[in-house]
Formats: sequence, structure tokens, C-alpha cells
Amino acid sequence: MNLRPNMEKRGKRSDGRSAFFFLLPTLVIFSAFILIPVVFSFFLSFQKWNMFSQTTRYVGFDNYLRALSSADFWAVLKNTFVYTLGTVPLNMLLSLGAAMLISKKIAGKKFLRTAFFAPVVVSPVAAAVIWRWIYEPNFGILNYVLHFFGVPAINWLNDPTAAMFALIVMGVWKTMGVNMVLFSAGLDGIPNQYYEAAEIDGAGPWRRFWRITLPLLAPTTFFILVMSMIGSFQVFDLVYVLTSGGPLGSTKVLVFYIYEEAFKYFDMGYASALAYVLFAIMFVLTLMQVKFMKKRVDFAV
Amino acid sequence: MASTKKVLSSTLSHAIVYTAALITVAPFLWMILTSFKSLGEILKSPPTILPAKFHFDNYVRAFDAAPFGRYYFNSLFVSACVTVGQLITCSMAAFAFARLKFKGRDVIFFLFLATMMVPGQVTMIPSFMILYRLGWINSYKALIVPGLASAFGTFLLRQFFMTIPRELEEAAYIDGCSRFGVLWRVIMPLAKPALAALAVFTFMGVFNDFLWPLIVINSESLRTVPLGLAVFRDRYTSEWDKLMAASVAATVPILLIFFFAQKYFIKGITFSGLKD
Repeated sequence: MNLRPNMEKRGKRSDGRSAFFFLLPTLVIFSAFILIPVVFSFFLSFQKWNMFSQTTRYVGFDNYLRALSSADFWAVLKNTFVYTLGTVPLNMLLSLGAAMLISKKIAGKKFLRTAFFAPVVVSPVAAAVIWRWIYEPNFGILNYVLHFFGVPAINWLNDPTAAMFALIVMGVWKTMGVNMVLFSAGLDGIPNQYYEAAEIDGAGPWRRFWRITLPLLAPTTFFILVMSMIGSFQVFDLVYVLTSGGPLGSTKVLVFYIYEEAFKYFDMGYASALAYVLFAIMFVLTLMQVKFMKKRVDFAV
Repeated sequence: MASTKKVLSSTLSHAIVYTAALITVAPFLWMILTSFKSLGEILKSPPTILPAKFHFDNYVRAFDAAPFGRYYFNSLFVSACVTVGQLITCSMAAFAFARLKFKGRDVIFFLFLATMMVPGQVTMIPSFMILYRLGWINSYKALIVPGLASAFGTFLLRQFFMTIPRELEEAAYIDGCSRFGVLWRVIMPLAKPALAALAVFTFMGVFNDFLWPLIVINSESLRTVPLGLAVFRDRYTSEWDKLMAASVAATVPILLIFFFAQKYFIKGITFSGLKD
């Protein structure tokens, strides 16, 4: 029974050294590709530098001011917001619906879950190639189906409004499965007795949804909301392959803009400033998340 | 009366959910069907549903036009290296955070978690430059090395390790096992579900990653599947027969992997949602 104190002593003696050994690989990679880059890109955001010249020039807040006074930047930000506002609510509504239907007594649950989740696992590039074919104006299946409903042919990817719409639809399709799985997990966490009690009290399905499901699902919903927003602010692959930011820059989103400034025009300072703007937006979103989670913990106690 | 209503509502929800599922998988079905049609049949209005004749040669021509086999090898090789590497580095770091006592542990752990909210675009430019200085641009190293550590993975495993009862380790220590031995022989076997979830998650993420390979790779022989497909799309913009065959080649294997490892995908996702 005096084994435990021995163990503790053993632990005290050399934990520091072995901890260093266990953390070493992670710390090396992390320093080189996360910590140093985070600091360095902050430094870069105050410099003028095109990667191939040897010297950088300190320009103060010029890069940030340039962004704020550039029509391109505001257009890009607007596109990113439109994409987010278009995808997130629609995505959440549909994925909650799917999760609720699947959580019920339904035949072929596993098959259904697989079907809804399938778009999540394929490469966004491949997905965008498929959707380009669906959206093809002359031979695409979408215009063909729509023509039965009397909708005239739409040039999906060459009309600014239609292109953003097309991107949003595809974005929802691609990411809905993740939210559905999260909502399902949240729904599974609601004790069945609540529903049974409510049913005995004569509450109809609609009332049960508003009074039980929705309030108890609030933490999950909030988490999904924030994660979806973070995800849609960072959309890139889908845009790159589906529209390349066009037509007329109508689908050019923030990350696409950063990519172009950095690796097409090699304006690393400006691109870093833009990346930090994105970081600031993410930071605010994450803070909201943390605040809400804290509140929820208090609530639970 | 009540039971009729129940049957009706059950039928209705089945109808809705199956229609929605069909719409969700329809793009894949349409891709597969199109990939077997001749270009002449593809560009016919009204469209045919089933191919008049199955043109397997679309695949031959797509694979002749671009080395998709090579792209696959690159993707598999890179994903496998990153996945194995991450399982090792994350397990080690997670073990340190979950089991060892050392100065500043909680501060380091918090810092670690904080980096999870830094978007990749912030670190992308300096990471590129570090690799450029090292002369690693356009090499497997550029695709693999930056992925060899993960805050998410460390966190996931650490949370799982915390749930493993300590008694088992203590017995192993008494038997003279080293710390590394304990991690390898006691903890890792018990953490198989978490390791599997992380493996599947990482593998899929690396396999599908596009922006990073786009930046660091410029020779054809090192392209991954998504990068290869994106270049292919630029070159054969409207040759839908080849494009769809290439898309099938890029999506169907990963869909099959998903189909068999589904459990772990779902676990990884739900875990990320319950991390508070």
C-alpha cells in the first residue's frame, strides 16, 4: 500500500525531462509552422515586400489603410458576407430538419446518414467539377429540369447574381452533412422522458419542438452556428474551381483575394494584412463561442 | 384515428427524408452516369439518363491525358505519412499533457488550444517562405512536414487519455515499464477508437487539401489528386466525358473508404462538437 507514494516520488523526479522529450516533435513543428509564422505574418503586415526582393520596407499601417480604402477589399468582404448569410442559415435549417427526421423511427437510418454525409468527404475540387457540369447552361441537367417548371435557361456561372446563388447552393450541399451529424448528437442527448412527459400533458409535436427540442438544443445550435460561420468565411476551394472568383469578381471571397495578392501578385505585406483581418473576424467569432459556453456551464450548475 | 394519423405522418417523413437523400446523392449518380457516355451523347438535348452505350474508354482517355495514377500515389503517400506522423506526435504530446507533471503545463496547453483558432491563411505565407528558404518548395517534404503536428489531434487524444483509469499504468510502472512503454503498450491500445477517429479525420483532410498543394507544388509529378484535377479542369474545360471520368476517379475511392470507416468519421465530427 505504500506503492503510491513511491510512484509519486518517481514522478516528481524526472517528469520535466520526459515531458520535454514527449513534447519535442510537436513543439518543433509547431514553432516552425504555426508560432513563428503567426508572429512573422503580423510583422509582415506592416511591411512592403514582394517575396523576391531581399529587402522589406516598413510602411506602418499602410497595408491596412490600403485595404480599408480599396473598393476591391469591400467588394470581397461583401461577397464573403453574402456567401455566409446565404449558406449558414439555410444549411442549419436543412441539417436540423434532416437530423430530426433521421432521429425518429425511420427505416434505413444508416443508409440515409451515409447519403447526407457523402458530399462532406469528397474533395471540394471534385465536387466543384461535378457542379460545373450540373450548372452548364446549354446541356446541364439543372436548366433542363427547371425548364419543366417554365424557368428560362439561366447562365449559372456567367451571371453575377446567379453565380453567387450557385456557389451558395453548392456550399450548402457540401457541408450540410457535418451539421446534421452534430445536430443528431445533440438530439440524442435530450432525455426521452421530457418528450414523454410533455406528450402526457397533451403537448403536440409543434409545441414539443419549440418548448423542449429547441431550448435544449441551444448550445449545439450555437456551436454549429459559429463553426459554420468560421467555415464559410474561409471558403476557397469551391470558389477556385467553380467560378475562379468570377464573373466580374462577383464570387471573389476573402481567402481567394488573399491567395491572389500573395501568390499571383506576390504582395506579401498586403496579403498578410488581409490575413490578419480574417484572423480578427475569426477571433471575434471564437470569443462569442467561448463566452456563450461559459454562460452555459454556469447555467448547468 | 390517432394511429391513422401516425401512419400518415410516418409515411410523410419517410417520403421527405428519402427525397432529400436522393437529391443529395444525385450529383454523384449524375457524374457516374455521365462518365460512361460519349461526348456526343453528353451534349445532346434532351439529356439521356442512362448511357446508350457504356464508354469505358473515357477513363482510358482521361488517364492518358493526365497521370492520375501518379496523383493517387502522391495523395496516398502524403496522407499516409502525415496521418502516421500525427498519430505519433499527437499521442506523445497528449500523453505529456494528460499524465506528466511539469512546470507551465497548463499555460503551454492553453497556448496550444488557442492556436486552433488561427486560420491557416495567417500562417500560410510565412510557412511558404520558411519552406522556400529550406529549399523544400516543390517536394514531398513541403506537403508532409508542416502537417506533422496538430493542436486538434493533441487535444482530442489528451481528452481521451484523461478518461483512461490510472491503475493500469501504475501496474505497468511497477513492472518496470518506461513512460514510453506505458504510452505504447498501455494507453495507445486502450485509445484505439480515438486514434482511429483522428486517423480517418487527418487522412481525409490531407487527402482533400487543395490550397496548400496549390501553393507549394508546381511540377506535375508531385501533384495530388485535387491539384491534378483542378489543372485538368483548366485544360479540358468542356470535355465533360474526360472530366467526369476523372471526377469519378477522384471521388469514388474516398467515398468507398468513407463507407467502410463511417463510424470513425462520425466520431471525429461529434467529438469536435463536444469539446467544451
